[in-house]
Amino acid sequence: MIRTLLFTLLAVAATAQTPLDLPPADARGSVLLRGGTVHTVTGGTLEAIDILVTDGRIARIGQGLEAPRGVTVVDVTGRHVTPGIIDAHSHIALSSVNEASNPIVAEVQMRDALDPADVGIYRALAGGVTTIHTMHGSANPVGGENETIKLRWGTLDPDGLLFEGAPRTIKFALGENPTRVHGRGRGIRPATRMGIEQVYREAFTEARAYRAAQDAAREARQPLPPIDRRLETLADILSGDVLVHCHSYRADEILMLMRVFEDFGIERLTFQHANEAFKVAPELAAFGAGASVFSDWASYKFEVYYSSAYNATVLTRNDVRTSINSDDAGLLRYLTHEAAKTQRYGGLSDDEALALVTLNPAWQLGIDDRVGSIEVGKDADLAVFTDHPLSIYARVDLTYVDGVARFDRARDGDDQRLFVDPEEEVMALPSRSDAHSASCMLGTDLYELAAGE
Amino acid sequence: MRSLLLTLAVLVALPASAQGAQYRAQTGTFALTGCRIETVTNGVIERGTVVIEGGQITAVGTASAPAGAIAVPCAGGTVYPGMIDAGTRLGLVEVGSVEETQDVDEVGDVTPQMRALTAVNPSTIHVPITRVSGVTTTLSVPEGAMMPGTAALVNLHGYTPEQMAAGFEGVVLNFPLSGRRGRFDRREQSAIDEATKKAMEALDEVWEQALLYARIDSARAGRGAMPYQPEMAALLPVVRGEQALLVEANAAADIVKAIEWLDGKGVRAILTGAAEGWRVADRIAEAGLSVITGPVTGLPTRASDRYDRTYQNAALMAQAGIRVALRTDDRMQNYRNLPFHAGFAVAYGQEVGFDRQAALEAITINPARILGVDDRLGSIEVGKSATLFIADGDPFEPATSITAVFIDGYQIPLVSRQTELFDEYLRRDPGLSMDGE
Repeated sequence: MIRTLLFTLLAVAATAQTPLDLPPADARGSVLLRGGTVHTVTGGTLEAIDILVTDGRIARIGQGLEAPRGVTVVDVTGRHVTPGIIDAHSHIALSSVNEASNPIVAEVQMRDALDPADVGIYRALAGGVTTIHTMHGSANPVGGENETIKLRWGTLDPDGLLFEGAPRTIKFALGENPTRVHGRGRGIRPATRMGIEQVYREAFTEARAYRAAQDAAREARQPLPPIDRRLETLADILSGDVLVHCHSYRADEILMLMRVFEDFGIERLTFQHANEAFKVAPELAAFGAGASVFSDWASYKFEVYYSSAYNATVLTRNDVRTSINSDDAGLLRYLTHEAAKTQRYGGLSDDEALALVTLNPAWQLGIDDRVGSIEVGKDADLAVFTDHPLSIYARVDLTYVDGVARFDRARDGDDQRLFVDPEEEVMALPSRSDAHSASCMLGTDLYELAAGE
Repeated sequence: MRSLLLTLAVLVALPASAQGAQYRAQTGTFALTGCRIETVTNGVIERGTVVIEGGQITAVGTASAPAGAIAVPCAGGTVYPGMIDAGTRLGLVEVGSVEETQDVDEVGDVTPQMRALTAVNPSTIHVPITRVSGVTTTLSVPEGAMMPGTAALVNLHGYTPEQMAAGFEGVVLNFPLSGRRGRFDRREQSAIDEATKKAMEALDEVWEQALLYARIDSARAGRGAMPYQPEMAALLPVVRGEQALLVEANAAADIVKAIEWLDGKGVRAILTGAAEGWRVADRIAEAGLSVITGPVTGLPTRASDRYDRTYQNAALMAQAGIRVALRTDDRMQNYRNLPFHAGFAVAYGQEVGFDRQAALEAITINPARILGVDDRLGSIEVGKSATLFIADGDPFEPATSITAVFIDGYQIPLVSRQTELFDEYLRRDPGLSMDGE
């Protein structure tokens, strides 16, 4: 109790001292960005253009715009403005990642694990990122519900991060991670890709029966059967209320899940990582599934040995809605650079490359009516770069969320933490980081064992 | 009819010859013509020729092509020396999570006799994936306990490790960590202090033994063989200052301790890692140590650090007067990203004087000098190995394409498993197969 109080006091003190004097999460800013090169993503690149932001929304785009009374003018002449970068796959801003205790944990929610004080949020903003999809881990065929959040750095209220109105999404996982944790780790199904398919078929069959029993009871004006949170969420997937984002690597397992979904009438599906998505690009396009991929990661596990940095290009050229994600607190800071690599690996155009980290992930998360491009009426989530955003030499100067500058390099201090934990371990780690499998396996026994040494 | 036969013959013959040309490196006399040349050591030549004969660069600039030379038009592109990644696991690890494919960490705390060159797999898929990007030379580094082995510099062409050897081997010392190893290290502080003390004592003891071994060896002066102590024999050239010691230290406190430990030992030490080198750059400079640092795109080591400290680390050390080389040290085997690490170092380091030339040096001539192979690698100069590449733009920019790669005078085919997968799957045939299955 005393400790909690102490933490709260310290937190309040720290907030008051943040160099940026950041406004609360519900603040909506107004600003006129004057004279920048504007990469709209949907309407081409416009030179020497003003963007007027009013109360967190893009109000006007054009030349010679006047700033209404009281609205700050920021001269961005010679600089480049893009929509805020969106990451369709992250694990930052979370205090826990995996509920690994059962192959199906549809009942848990990352909303309950949000950590608004994670300095990773600030570092992401410094890379122009404004919205992330922070996800449950990959330990289970059906993991928990993810959360789509805006990086409103400065608030200590977890709910202040929520992307209002974003569709519910859930994490699925195929392949090595769930079979390792459950089959080989604990001797329960699934131990193979065959088993994973049947876990889904059984779960959806059960959820369908559960919902049918509810409907029948309602029809007959009988008392409803007991509520089961796990089956509730699975039934919501069947009815299309929850979008599925599935950790996947191999082409065969990607095909498997599309067949299962066709059989159960589920339509909205994005494959995450999806290193072998390029092998089944026509099938993905026919299904209408999205793919959210790494630019060039490979060989960290056997199931990604047959990967290619040309994945995003093959998918894009085959009309698959594709994004490039980070799944990593480090990479999250330079997603524009990851997207730019598609120009070396397959020659995507500027707009195609930028869409991989703006409009396309927005579409995959069901928020493309609000963010992902610079258009009148959309949220004023914007990044200002010193150079062409696909250039290696580009740095982010300013990042706006809802028209509020949540990152400003000119006012960036030495220590931007919101929350100074008096018991925090001060440690300098060697730069060698754990392999990727560690981050999305955080919280599983296997990870603890490996990381404990 | 005859023409049909001819066409058929051509069709039959084509795949074989095309394959030969495509997959095997070719050597001979080459003239790279109409090139912009970034020599690294002698400025930029806006339009000139580079001649390659007998595996070496024999002319740079205005020379005309020798008779019979194979012309390689630059077509407005620029010639650069091959990039050197001075810290990788290339050839020692094939698949990150599959133990059977890893030869990077031998059993034992002190095993300097374990040579990376023995285990570097010339056939790994990572060799072609890396070299088609212009990264022609990598340092493969054993990992593990205190002295896990001897690192080897290799050129990314050759059918045996010996053919790949690029002239440097150095013993790795993972300097004892004095702090917590990570978030999951839940030891009491006293236990950490005790472990650190023990590790330092163990290191000192190994060093004492190595010195003793060297003294006995000198005293015997060839009269009778030394007792078989392979780890001591491997340390012999190190304690005598004949072979480099790669000292891995990352935390500021550990770097300082390493500097103090090295003081007076007469070792040819190279500091590696140095993630917090910016914190103690003056101390490193004062000690006269060169540094191999990276990954540039890593996360800051402490939550309280500025977000761009890692991007600026190399620049801040260079500003203090330290000779800096970059490494990717990449867990995803993405050593091909070396030029992008260099680009990040410029984007965030130019305000402290780390410009594009400085970054280019940090991945070419600086590692060559630090590793003592600058007579052969690291710049475009007459007499050096023809290990170079042509790019159609700034090689640090992601949109740039690498159009030709030479290693020791061999023109490298620009194919890898990843380009093959691209060629096969861009327009897949047969196409859609969801129906009718």
